[in-house]
Amino acid sequence: MANEFLPLFYTFHFYLFSLIALVSAIVFVTRKSPVAAALWLVVVMFALAALYVMLNAEFVGVMQVLVYAGAIMVVFLFVVMLLNLGHPSELNDIRGRWGRLAAGLLGLALVAELMALSRGGVAYNFSLPAAPKGEVLAGPAGVIGPIAAPLFREYLLAFELTSVLLLVAIIGAVVLAKKRSA
Amino acid sequence: MLAESLALSAALFTIGVVGVLTRRNAIIVFMCVELMLNAVNLSFVALSQVYGATGQVFVIFVMTVAAAEAAVGLAIIISIFRHKKSVNLQDINLLRG
Repeated sequence: MANEFLPLFYTFHFYLFSLIALVSAIVFVTRKSPVAAALWLVVVMFALAALYVMLNAEFVGVMQVLVYAGAIMVVFLFVVMLLNLGHPSELNDIRGRWGRLAAGLLGLALVAELMALSRGGVAYNFSLPAAPKGEVLAGPAGVIGPIAAPLFREYLLAFELTSVLLLVAIIGAVVLAKKRSA
Repeated sequence: MLAESLALSAALFTIGVVGVLTRRNAIIVFMCVELMLNAVNLSFVALSQVYGATGQVFVIFVMTVAAAEAAVGLAIIISIFRHKKSVNLQDINLLRG
């Protein structure tokens, strides 16, 4: 990536997309309408896709746009509109004052804990292991090669099991959502 | 950019947790779970910069499981909506006993 060529450009856009993701996530959680919330979540996912590309994970960024923003969120919006959930009676779904207070306090505790852990400040037993030597990414195989090699070698069994999982999910979704006619 | 990415991941995960705890609409709760999965994916991608591309393989797996979970979960929500005419979590208390 252009990290070494244009560091200021890179840093500015990293913080820009981080800010977009954070603000959109907060707006997403506070929207009352499910359709507006889903569209704000799409904005979060696009910002995250941009961050993935900036973090040398171009293939994951493409998959983020295709699978998350393109497929999963369309299914969400489809269900929201299929069930016709835009009525005012359905809109008042945010919990009361004590629920919000408890959730806010728990969120503050959680974010403090995660920040401390990610900086290795709580206990040095939890600090990150040493990085492997040498070039770890962007070999001669291009963008997809470094992902495909472990996916089809070490994690081949997990890959096959994932296909079985998808089959089970398809059958389960059809069975669950089907109308009981008999 | 590793520390910033992990901090953003923690913040997004926390927003997802707060959303799950404060909302009663089952579909929005589901979307908050998706946001939490996305936050964890960001951690994986950020750490894969240091530790090699295996983290990105796990991101692919997480996306697949998220797609399967969304399909089954939304089917369950449709099924519940047929019975209860509502997706409010307060009305879904069949297992309360």
